Amino acid sequence: MPAERQQFNVLARILHWTMAVMVLTMLCVGVAMVTSLANYHVLVSIHRPLGIAILILVVVRFINRRLSSLPPFPATMSHTERLAAKVSEYMMYGLMFVLPLVGWGMLSAARYPIVLFGSLHLPFILPHNLLLYWALRQTHTALASLLFVMFIAHFAAILFHTLVVQDGMLFRMAPWNIRPREVVRGSNQPTAFSASGRLLTPGVPKD
Amino acid sequence: MATRPSTSGPEPVAQDSKTSADTSRLHLSRANAAARLLLIGAAIGAVIAAFAYFGGWLTPNELTPARFTDAFEQVDGVHPGFRRNHAKGVGVAGFFESNGNGLRLSKAVVFQPGRVPVIGRFSLSGGQPFQTDKPDTVRGLGLQFSLLDGELWRMATINLPVFPVSTPEAFYERMIASIPDPQTGKPDPAKMKSFLARHPETEQAVKVIKSQPPSSGFGNSTFHSLNAFHFINSEGKSTPVRWVLKPEQPFEAASAAPPSKDTNYLFDALITQIRRQPLRWRLVVLIGQPGDPTNDASIPWPKTREEVEVGTLTLDQVESEATSPATGINFDPLVLPAGITPSDDPLLSARSAVYSQSFTRRAGETKEPSAITPADVRKGN
Repeated sequence: MPAERQQFNVLARILHWTMAVMVLTMLCVGVAMVTSLANYHVLVSIHRPLGIAILILVVVRFINRRLSSLPPFPATMSHTERLAAKVSEYMMYGLMFVLPLVGWGMLSAARYPIVLFGSLHLPFILPHNLLLYWALRQTHTALASLLFVMFIAHFAAILFHTLVVQDGMLFRMAPWNIRPREVVRGSNQPTAFSASGRLLTPGVPKD
Repeated sequence: MATRPSTSGPEPVAQDSKTSADTSRLHLSRANAAARLLLIGAAIGAVIAAFAYFGGWLTPNELTPARFTDAFEQVDGVHPGFRRNHAKGVGVAGFFESNGNGLRLSKAVVFQPGRVPVIGRFSLSGGQPFQTDKPDTVRGLGLQFSLLDGELWRMATINLPVFPVSTPEAFYERMIASIPDPQTGKPDPAKMKSFLARHPETEQAVKVIKSQPPSSGFGNSTFHSLNAFHFINSEGKSTPVRWVLKPEQPFEAASAAPPSKDTNYLFDALITQIRRQPLRWRLVVLIGQPGDPTNDASIPWPKTREEVEVGTLTLDQVESEATSPATGINFDPLVLPAGITPSDDPLLSARSAVYSQSFTRRAGETKEPSAITPADVRKGN
């Protein structure tokens, strides 16, 4: 039996940070393009293929998430916190999947081409219908706003755990491989809190 | 394994984690914890500020697509469901037959010899969908070519040889100067005068426009791409171009006043003509030379520039907006196939942005029947 994980698997960590950059770029491009005259076209030309890339990667990521074993939650998390973390994780997966799909659908309903690269483009997945376009367009903004709020909450929670609770939560997703000591070193509570090694100990509830 | 605490074992550790969950938040001094919380707050604030910056919330006076579209609504009123500009129109359909001459300039598959289906829309400029047809109102022709590989090529052409302004900002300024005064119901001539004083390029462009008086109808109008683009051929060579749709229908100058009391006389004549026989335009590409402005649609290119005729547009069907698929199309000039790219003309991105805003607004609105009804189209036999 393999040793208990202290980190997410390599693919999960690569995808997490790659997609973090992509999603944040996407959110910024999204709000910028609708208010820009000069950069509208360039930003739209980035937004569409980037959205489709996120759609593909989130599927890969979700499959990897379901197939791999996970590091346990830090023991510092209460039952409610764990539940909130799980629910928000799945909500973010859901949003990263649904947002590009709504975008693809709304562009289809408006008959805007979705050009990926050169002459490579996606087929239309919905009938040409302006009201349908309009409804999906509003949905797209609403879901993107929700994703932004979810990101802020996620960001705040990780920072709080890592800097204030000091349970090394961030290191579960660190892009580099951590050795157990590093977790301890990352803490400024040497001995008392070296129990943050509990992150690594078997027997801690997995979720 | 060796690095794990030696006391580790399922039961004790579970207990340990339980107790530390209760006490972990007490490890930092109050001041230290407060400082760390402040740091977290600052980080979150920075992210939100960056987001607000990108979203334009920190620069509320910036000219945005929404403000631009608002100005159209201020000039011509809000007419729910209609385009904010070029509101009055009629749908058409037909095909484009390429002669293959364009291939040396652009690898776009539309230039391979053969036919592609086209839908389009003739229109009059301005946001009033029920305006009376007048000979000097700017005429538009929006087109969508459906390429064989599924790509789309759209254009929004007008019957002016050059555009009266060269930047989106000047367009906006000119539009604001033409907002009707609530007292008189007419634009204040002093404001337009002051605009022209600040924009000599507009006066120059108007001279060029006046030198080419309008034709008698849509069918014998010449339509211009206005903005420059780049054609990219299969070797990767880029050529600056503009293009013109030259009518095969003979030119006839417009009479000074509308020839009839029919408020839709231009559209009705178009319908009659198309029902009688297909209308045809030759698509002619103008090849720019170094020094020809690609970023200023208000300046004509020299008349001596090489012209390449790349094919013929045939429009043989006409339809009211009630049934035409063109009604639901945004004729965004930056919907381009591979082989055609935008130039550095600042109007292009702005047109794309504002058209999109207008499209989204009208998509959610309930539209009353257009000026040209299905019955008008039927009786045009």
